[in-house]
Amino acid sequence: MATKQIIHGIYSDEVPLLEACSKLRASGIRIKDVFTPFPVHGIDPIVGVPRTRIAICAFIYGITGLSLATLMMWYMMIHDWPNDIGGKPNWNYYSNIPAFIPISFESTVFCAAHGMSLTYLLRCWLVPGAKAKNPDPRTTDDKFMIYLELNDEQSKKADEILRATGAEEVNYKGTITIEPKY
Amino acid sequence: MHAESQIREPLILGNKTYRNITDDIIAPIEGKANRLWYILFTISVLGFMWGIGCLSYTIGVGIGAWGSNNGVDWAWDITNFVWWIGIGHAGTLISAVLLLFRQKWRMAINRSAEAMTIFAVLCAAIFVTLHTGRPWLDYMLFPLPNQFGSLWPNFNSPLLWDVFAVSTYATVSIVFWYIGLIPDFAMIRDRVVKPRMKKAYALLSFGWGGSVRHWSRFEEVSLVLAGLSTPLVFSVHSIVSFDFATSVVPGWHTTIFPPYFVSGAVFSGFAMVLTLMIIVRKVYKLEAYLTIKHIEYMNIVIIVTGSIVGVAYLTELFVAWYSGVEWEQYAFLNRATGPMAWAYWCMMTCNVISPQLFWFKKLRTSIPFTFVLSIVVNIGMWFERFVIIVPTLCRTYLPSTWNSYTPTFIDVGIFVGTIGMFFTLFLLYSRTFPVIAQAELKSILKSSGEEHKKLAANHAHH
Repeated sequence: MATKQIIHGIYSDEVPLLEACSKLRASGIRIKDVFTPFPVHGIDPIVGVPRTRIAICAFIYGITGLSLATLMMWYMMIHDWPNDIGGKPNWNYYSNIPAFIPISFESTVFCAAHGMSLTYLLRCWLVPGAKAKNPDPRTTDDKFMIYLELNDEQSKKADEILRATGAEEVNYKGTITIEPKY
Repeated sequence: MHAESQIREPLILGNKTYRNITDDIIAPIEGKANRLWYILFTISVLGFMWGIGCLSYTIGVGIGAWGSNNGVDWAWDITNFVWWIGIGHAGTLISAVLLLFRQKWRMAINRSAEAMTIFAVLCAAIFVTLHTGRPWLDYMLFPLPNQFGSLWPNFNSPLLWDVFAVSTYATVSIVFWYIGLIPDFAMIRDRVVKPRMKKAYALLSFGWGGSVRHWSRFEEVSLVLAGLSTPLVFSVHSIVSFDFATSVVPGWHTTIFPPYFVSGAVFSGFAMVLTLMIIVRKVYKLEAYLTIKHIEYMNIVIIVTGSIVGVAYLTELFVAWYSGVEWEQYAFLNRATGPMAWAYWCMMTCNVISPQLFWFKKLRTSIPFTFVLSIVVNIGMWFERFVIIVPTLCRTYLPSTWNSYTPTFIDVGIFVGTIGMFFTLFLLYSRTFPVIAQAELKSILKSSGEEHKKLAANHAHH
C-alpha cells in the first residue's frame, strides 16, 4: 500500500505551464493530468500523451457504413424486388453502381461521423449527468492546472519545480491510498 | 508558440485577457435581455404562429391549399426548401472548410454559423415533410421493412438520395456543433451562480473538464469531422440539384447544376451569416471579436461565390443557344423575356451585379452597406430558385398545358412562418448558448490579439 499526495499546480499562462511540464518530466515525475481552458498546442509530447487513434476508428466505421449501404441496396433493389424502370432493369449490382454512389457516400459519412463522435464521448466519458472532471472550476476560465499524485520524496521535488517556474498556487489536496496491484 | 505575421490584422481587438473573453461571452447568458431582443422575439414568434396556422391548415385539407397546379406542380414549397438548405451550407463551410485551411477568422463566427445551419435545415425539413401531402406517411421515405408487399424505395431516384443526404447532413451538423459546444458549456457551468442554471449547464456540458487527453481527442475529432463534412456539404447541394438535373425538363437538364447550386448555396449562406452577425455583434457588444476584418473576409467570399453564380448564369444561356435544342433555348428565352421576366431580372440584379460592388474596399468594410446587401443577396437567391422552377414549369413541351402561377395566402404563410421559426430559434440560442466558440478563441489570443501583436512587434524591434 502506498500513500500519495495530491498536488494542484495552478498557472495563469500556458508558457510557464509548458516549461514546468517539461521540467517535471525531465526529473522523472509522472504528470497525472493537465487541465487547460483551451487546447494548448504542442503540449501532448511534453506531458507524454500518445497520439489518439480515434481517426482509425472513424475509418473503420466509414468502411462499415459503406458495406451496410451496399448490402442494403443490393438486397432491396437487386435481390428482393428488382424493378424495371424505364426499360432499365436491375439485373445486377455492377451495372447499377452509378445510381448507388450518392447513398453509398452518404452512408459512409453518416457512420464514420456518428461512430467516431460516439466513441469520443464514451472514451472521454462525456455523458449527460457525468460529474465535472476538472478539480478546480477556474480551469475552464483562465487558469491552467498541473495535477500530480506523488509520494513524499517526489512531492518535494515537484513543489520546487512548480514554484520555480512561476506557479501562482501550489495546493495540497490531501492524500490518496493506492492499493497495490497483484 | 505559433507566431503570426505582423502584416495580418488582429482578429481580437483591444487588450483582452482570457478572463475578458470569458466575461464577454457569458454576458448575454447571465444578463437580462434588452428591449430590442423582446421586440425582435415577439415579431418572430408572431410570424412563426402564422406559419403554424397555415401548416395545420395544409395538413388538414391537403396541398390543394397551395398555389401549385396541374402544370406547375413544384412551386414555392421546393423553392423554399432549396433556399433554406442553401443558407445552411455556409455554416458547415465556415466550420469545416475553413478549419481544414486553418483560417483563424472562422473562430469568431463558426458557432453561430453552425447554429444557423441547423435552424435553416429544420426550416427546410418542414417543406420536405409537408410536400408529400400526407406527412403522417413520411416514414415510407425510409427503407423500412413493411406490410405493403416487398415495397422498397427506389434507390435510383435523386429524391431518395436527397432523403439520405439531408438526414445525414442535419444529424452530422448537429453532432459537430454539439461537440464544439461541450467545452463552452463547461465554462458556463463553472461560472454561473444561479443553482438552476448551474444544473442545466452541468447537464449540457456532459462533465467536461478540459483534461489534456480530452483536448487531444477533441482536436482530432474536430479535424476528422471537418474532413467528413467538407465533401458532405458539397454532396448535399449537388444532390439537391440532381432533383432537377436528372429530369427531362428543358432548363433543368443541365450538367452545370451541381457546381452552380453549391456556389449559390455558399453565396446565400454567407449573406445570411452576415445578416445575423451584424445584429449579434451590435446587440451583445462583441465588436472586439467580430471585427470589420471578419466582415471584409466574408464579403470577399461573397464576391467569389457571387461571381461563380454569375458565370454559371451566363454559361447556361450560352450552352442553351449552342446546344441547338429548340426547347432548351425557349426555356431560357422564356425566363428572361416571358411573363415572369421581372423575377429573372430581379435575380440577375441581386446576384450578379450587386455583389460586384464589394470590389470597392470602402463598401465591403461598411457595416450598414454590408447589412443591406446581405439581405439583397438572399432575396436574389430566393428568386434564383423561383426562376428555375416556376417559369420553367409554366411553359413546358405541350403548349396546351401552359399555365400560370400565383401563390396562395397559405404558401406565403408557411414561408413567413419558417422565417419566424428561424429567427425565434436563433434569438433563443443567442441568449442561452455561447455565441462564440470561446475556448477556440482563447487559443488564438496570443497570436492574433491586438495587444499581443503590438508586444511582439516591439519585441522584434528592440
